[in-house]
Amino acid sequence: MVLSVIALISALGVVLSKNPVTSVLCLIITFFTIAGHYIMMNAQFLAVVHIIVYAGAIMVLFLYVLMLMNLNAELEPQKRNWLKYAGAISGGALLVVLVAALRDASMPALSTQPTEIGLIKNLGQILFKQYVLPFEVSSILFLSAMVGAVVIGKKD
Amino acid sequence: MTLLSIDWFFIIEKVLLISGVLVLSLVVAMYSTWGERKIAAWIQDRLGPNRAGPMGLLQPLADGGKLFFKEEIIPSTSNRFLFILGPSIAMLVACMTSAVIPWGDTLTIAGREISLQVADVNIGILFIFGVVSMGVYGIMLGGWASNNKYSLMASVRAASQIISYELPMGLALIALLMMTGSLSLKDIVEQQRHGLWNVVYQPLGFFIFLVCAFAECNRAPFDLPEAENELNGGYHLEYSSMKLGFFLFAEYINMFISSALMATMYFGGYAFPGMDKLGLDGNMLTILGFLALFIKTLVFIFFFMWVRWTVPRFRYDQLMRLGWKVMIPLALVNMLITGAVVLARQH
Repeated sequence: MVLSVIALISALGVVLSKNPVTSVLCLIITFFTIAGHYIMMNAQFLAVVHIIVYAGAIMVLFLYVLMLMNLNAELEPQKRNWLKYAGAISGGALLVVLVAALRDASMPALSTQPTEIGLIKNLGQILFKQYVLPFEVSSILFLSAMVGAVVIGKKD
Repeated sequence: MTLLSIDWFFIIEKVLLISGVLVLSLVVAMYSTWGERKIAAWIQDRLGPNRAGPMGLLQPLADGGKLFFKEEIIPSTSNRFLFILGPSIAMLVACMTSAVIPWGDTLTIAGREISLQVADVNIGILFIFGVVSMGVYGIMLGGWASNNKYSLMASVRAASQIISYELPMGLALIALLMMTGSLSLKDIVEQQRHGLWNVVYQPLGFFIFLVCAFAECNRAPFDLPEAENELNGGYHLEYSSMKLGFFLFAEYINMFISSALMATMYFGGYAFPGMDKLGLDGNMLTILGFLALFIKTLVFIFFFMWVRWTVPRFRYDQLMRLGWKVMIPLALVNMLITGAVVLARQH
């Protein structure tokens, strides 16, 4: 409960803060609260990997880029008014679609009993026995993304 | 004693253990600064600190006192909140990793078995990895918030260096994990207690881990983020007083923790050869085991310092080339070989 409140507040902070670095820091806090939720669901492996990958690697790169770009309010180009309205309308449309989609979805009640599936041993068994094909396919997807990044980087 | 269905002894025991570990890492880090200067002096044929107390043993206290009483300067153009947050994160993260290291076997006091490990989580190594990956925020935020181009350059260097060397470190660990089949540090130590030390099976993995540990701790020869002759001092250029002290101190704590980690994962941790043949009772053996781990850790700390005063600093492009083009392929090869051997032994 407390975690969810912190998660929501920091997620709002990401969107509302004027300073991009503050946004990134709020996003990091959000990731930590999500990892906290994972731990409460007894998925420690997922929680730690979430922190290592998102907070530890991806957000560092975000911060890195932001620091080098040296953004501040004066340099930011003035947005036109119609652009703001267009943004608000498309965002609202997305919200409507999401609400409509989620309204019919059945939400299985979360069991209070701790499940063992998040523990690393069981997770490994399931990933490599039951879901081998999706697992391997997603790894190929990552590989192609990596190759793509190298190709783009090599251009100059 | 169970009150309100809480085992109070358990809480007291853990609080004592946590404070013990914390005090231990702080004291070791404090005396590492003294040791560093003594060893530097010895290697360069000087005397080193010898005025404060016998053999200069009170020098760390004098240094600490000096840092506390110095004037605190926060640059007016800096981001004040982040400027303070930087060294705090560095210090917090440095102290957190010690939680999952098993400092010894169990002690039996008044019929209670007390494990000398704060938390035996089943993802011990990953926990350390996660916390270490947080450490870079302290340096990055501190360097950026100073609003100084040298600090910024140093923090950018630190970020890319730490991210680059985390990869081979992780790959070296994966090879170790394939062998031990457990992520819990306690299990890894127990396996080594009844067999050979992991360094025998994983010499290459250990070497990669060692090099990466140097890079992750920003120690020479990889101390590019604080290369004073090109960066005026590095990411802590604008810091003064105890905030500077925290940054420097965090480095020494990191060194202590990574030494303890290497001793635990590759050199048997609290286990020492012939441990079970001595015929001593449990408590005595635990204390001896703790001493063994402590000595191993000190040897590694000495090695860190020895390297610092022997090997010159790398250039930045050399550092990156070493990380990406030597360490990662080596770690991958190591992983492949380990995988093949593990598979062959299973069949």
